[in-house]
Amino acid sequence: MSDFVSDTWHYYVMGLVILSLLFCVWILASNMTRRVKGPVTLHSHIWDEDLQEYNNPLPRWWMWLFWLALIFGAVYFVLYPGLGRFPGKFGWTAVNQYSAEVAAEDAVVRPIYEKYMKQDLLAVAAEPEAQAMGQRLFLTYCAQCHGSDARGAKGFPNLADNDWLHGGSPEAVKTTITHGRIAAMPPFGPVLGAEGAKDVANYVRSLSGLAHDSLRAQRGREAFAANCVVCHGPEGKGNVELGAPNLTDKIWLWGSSEATIIETATHGRMNQMPAFGERLGEEKVYLLAAYVLGLSHAQAK
Amino acid sequence: MKLNNEIVEKSVPWLVVLTLLVISVGGLVEIVPLFFQHSTTQPVEGVKPYDPVRLTGRDIYIREGCYLCHSQMIRPFRAETERYGHYSVAGEFVYDHPFQWGSKRTGPDLARVGGRYSDNWHRVHLLNPRDVVPESNMPAFGWLDRPILDHDRNSIQAKMRALRAVGVPYTDAEIADAPKALEGHTEIDALIAYLQGLGTAIKTTR
Repeated sequence: MSDFVSDTWHYYVMGLVILSLLFCVWILASNMTRRVKGPVTLHSHIWDEDLQEYNNPLPRWWMWLFWLALIFGAVYFVLYPGLGRFPGKFGWTAVNQYSAEVAAEDAVVRPIYEKYMKQDLLAVAAEPEAQAMGQRLFLTYCAQCHGSDARGAKGFPNLADNDWLHGGSPEAVKTTITHGRIAAMPPFGPVLGAEGAKDVANYVRSLSGLAHDSLRAQRGREAFAANCVVCHGPEGKGNVELGAPNLTDKIWLWGSSEATIIETATHGRMNQMPAFGERLGEEKVYLLAAYVLGLSHAQAK
Repeated sequence: MKLNNEIVEKSVPWLVVLTLLVISVGGLVEIVPLFFQHSTTQPVEGVKPYDPVRLTGRDIYIREGCYLCHSQMIRPFRAETERYGHYSVAGEFVYDHPFQWGSKRTGPDLARVGGRYSDNWHRVHLLNPRDVVPESNMPAFGWLDRPILDHDRNSIQAKMRALRAVGVPYTDAEIADAPKALEGHTEIDALIAYLQGLGTAIKTTR
């Protein structure tokens, strides 16, 4: 795209290009000499007392290639953009070419998406073809955090199990992908103290039946009731509205060791799922939601 | 008319002048006019000059050689826009001196990495990429979790003045407050702030 600040630049580019072409034509035209019969002529200059150069004509094949290149150049400048803001007879632009490429692909892909968009999300989740599409999308856009098997990593939720931080209904999953999620656990270090944090960690471990110090768990229970129930609930079952994890199952986002739970309670955690609605568009989000739901349903069976 | 190469071969001044003339044509036609086009000199809507933290992050990006493996240039091909987002346009880079388009993708393009991952992901990934992407061959940048170096904080004003000289509209107040803005930040914070701002002016995929 040429949107020069003034026309001068249009003529400047055009002028230089045409001058260069004409210069090459002149050079070639003035070197069209043919070999003449008789002894080869020499250039007049002499180096190092007796070193002289033959004055042979240009090789024909080379000269004609040069002419062809010049003709190609001239034709190119007529057909394609290059002379200032002259768009060329074909009207070619990179953006047009891109749009055509996208339109051609859309014609193939869009009907497939439309077919699935009309179906219920859970029905799409049961379609093997939709799952295959969803998996490819997942590997491109989601695997960096959730892993190529969707089983997550420390701090990045496992999507292949049946536990959901922000709800596992089709609508909730779609919302999560479209708008993202933010979940924050505030730091409780100043409130609990080092010993208190250890007590709470032991209590939290007791909730899911992990090995724990029962005396500490007993003390931790009170601290838990005072500080943690607002988000995690009185029984520690979590709250999907806030993205507060269920602490009674054996599924851990950050880790179940005493040390990790102490770290979580002391310093808090901040987790964010970025919004993908604008980035991916409704159709891809739909397929991805179906894929993720399909994963956890497969697990349920 | 018959040309003779004697004049060029025997006179060094002529050789120099004619050589310069020939090799400058490409630049004169293809580079110089770019400084006089709206699309290459006007920022697209939403593109702001880098604030001091992001600017420092950008210099860390350059210092660590991120550009050797990561490009910041999404070409207008469907395969690229599907993966990375809307193709890059010139107006997004008007405050980049020098731009970080790069020329090699050992890792993915980063032109629109802003907002794609959480801050926490970047932190884990920069400190040890294998923690989140097991097959990654990116080096771990473990030393970045340290306060911004003194000489980086001391030179921020000079940097911003230099950028202002080449057309980035920093105000005097912004330059005066810059060292303060860097206080309490680690290098990894600055780098993440830079990455999270990349390419966010254009949000649509196509």
